[in-house]
Amino acid sequence: MTTADVIRECTREHLLSRKGLLFGQCVTAVGWIGGTVPELTEADGVIELSMADVAGAGIAVGAALAPGIRPIFVIRYQGFMWYNAAPILNYAAKSLEMWGVPCPLAVRSIAMEGGIGPVASACHHFMPLHMPGIRVVAPMTPGEWRTAWNEYLAGNEPVYFSEHRRSFALTSELPNIFKNKANVTLIAISASRLTAMEAAAVLEAEGISCNIIHLVNLKPLVFPDELIPALNASEIALVIDSDFTYCGASESIAYRLMIETGKRVHALGLEDRTAGFAPPLDNPTPTPERIAQRVRDLL
Amino acid sequence: MTPPLNSRPIERTQAFGWIEEASHALSEAEAMTVFRQTCFNRYFEFECSRAANSKRIKAPIYLSVGQEHIPATLALIFPGIKIFAQHRAHSYYLSFGGDPQQLADELLHKETGCARGMGGSPSIHSPEIGMFGHSGHMGDQVPIAAGYALASKIPSLAVVGDASAEEDYVLGAIGYAATKGIPLLLVCEDNDLSILTKTATRRSWSLAGVAKSFGIESIDISDDPWLIAFHARRAHGSLPFLMNIRTCRQLWHAGTGCDGEPEWNRFEIFKSQLIARGLAEDVAVTIEQAKEKAASYWI
Repeated sequence: MTTADVIRECTREHLLSRKGLLFGQCVTAVGWIGGTVPELTEADGVIELSMADVAGAGIAVGAALAPGIRPIFVIRYQGFMWYNAAPILNYAAKSLEMWGVPCPLAVRSIAMEGGIGPVASACHHFMPLHMPGIRVVAPMTPGEWRTAWNEYLAGNEPVYFSEHRRSFALTSELPNIFKNKANVTLIAISASRLTAMEAAAVLEAEGISCNIIHLVNLKPLVFPDELIPALNASEIALVIDSDFTYCGASESIAYRLMIETGKRVHALGLEDRTAGFAPPLDNPTPTPERIAQRVRDLL
Repeated sequence: MTPPLNSRPIERTQAFGWIEEASHALSEAEAMTVFRQTCFNRYFEFECSRAANSKRIKAPIYLSVGQEHIPATLALIFPGIKIFAQHRAHSYYLSFGGDPQQLADELLHKETGCARGMGGSPSIHSPEIGMFGHSGHMGDQVPIAAGYALASKIPSLAVVGDASAEEDYVLGAIGYAATKGIPLLLVCEDNDLSILTKTATRRSWSLAGVAKSFGIESIDISDDPWLIAFHARRAHGSLPFLMNIRTCRQLWHAGTGCDGEPEWNRFEIFKSQLIARGLAEDVAVTIEQAKEKAASYWI
């Protein structure tokens, strides 16, 4: 099964067996969001929102206050979080701590990139990472998405699924690669996990050995067991993300790792500039070439 | 009383929207029930004012003096409705059965407060009466109430002021409530002021007119309790419904200050209407009992 298949089937089960709801804009349009939404009707729980973004997010948040509903709210482009963030972060995230009232909203916020310009592109998970009361995960593989979903169902908090379109076609898991001695440890998030693997292949061919550690649980931040040993056994480390570098997850996690290990840990994410539509003006997830060059420069 | 679609009636009188049928909307006993709750709400607020002036309350407070009879009337017609108010909601909390001691404790920053001290005056809540807290983003309670009502199918009350009604997401939520037939009662307590800025300075349109153009039955009336009751009864079986109720805030937007006599003093009018119906003795006893009861929570 692909990641998209897992998302769709978990959603189908949620709607049909648990009477959950799924909200979003144009979710029943052609493609059903990359095949991640089951082809069901409003009577089954797939509810089309109007194009009023902030109101739509508020409606999904309100539904999450209703006992037993646990709605899924789909944001087709993570860049639209600039609209949708207010009810999600200022209400859903605070409800349990403020009033003891759970607001278990599952936010599927989908990153996309490649010629889509200044608004809709890439990840924006730095926004929920800055707010208490909401968990943030960035699953890419089928197994990771299912695990994150099951953890969401078991908890009472809203969860921000920072998804990436590049994950939808994946069929296999992405294991960490840990060597006893490596030149660099690449710690990657979201779609940068794929480009980091490509970069590692290039670097290995040049004689630069690489560990690769995949990060899924961003808040609370969970380090895979291999991470600290890998870091300690390598000269440097680079945290790579599909979100902006400056004050983003990559810089924040690099700082945490430096404090914990005393190792030099660098950060690499989107450049601090606006993406344009023309391919040369795009600002995508760090490419394999950019990652490899950064490693060479650091070493 | 039919709201124009694209302009805001400028008339603000204590009899605005009066119709003769409304004079029978409350029985004598019901009118006294509303008056008893009005008195308690009012004298509770005066106790809050005293506590603030003596610095026992140290955080901002939003008092409903002058508007306290609106929730008292709505609670009579809509017992059990879910409540999504914003700041200035003490009288909603009390009218729908919230524990006065927990409210006083909340305002006094105690752990035993209804929001354990987290909410203060503007973010009170009570799960026992189905009242949800407010995040502080003006108007976000409208889409949240709409989402709750949509998901749960339980009628929900959203309360805004004439200023928060201008938030774009409020209008988006009204449109969505109309589209989906959501059981939402939207009440706008229209005191013609955003802090001190008059409505006419901010907008040329009427909320009731806009709601009507969305397809929601709406009325634009003064805050006469019989008139409110008349239309609330009409609304009962035909949600979504919007009531724009022109009223007078007697104290400052925040705090206990007063800029002089209100445009009309509904409490005194209400009292004189009951006295005119031969209830002078009941009125006097009710006021004294309300004063005594309200004071008992602040010892």
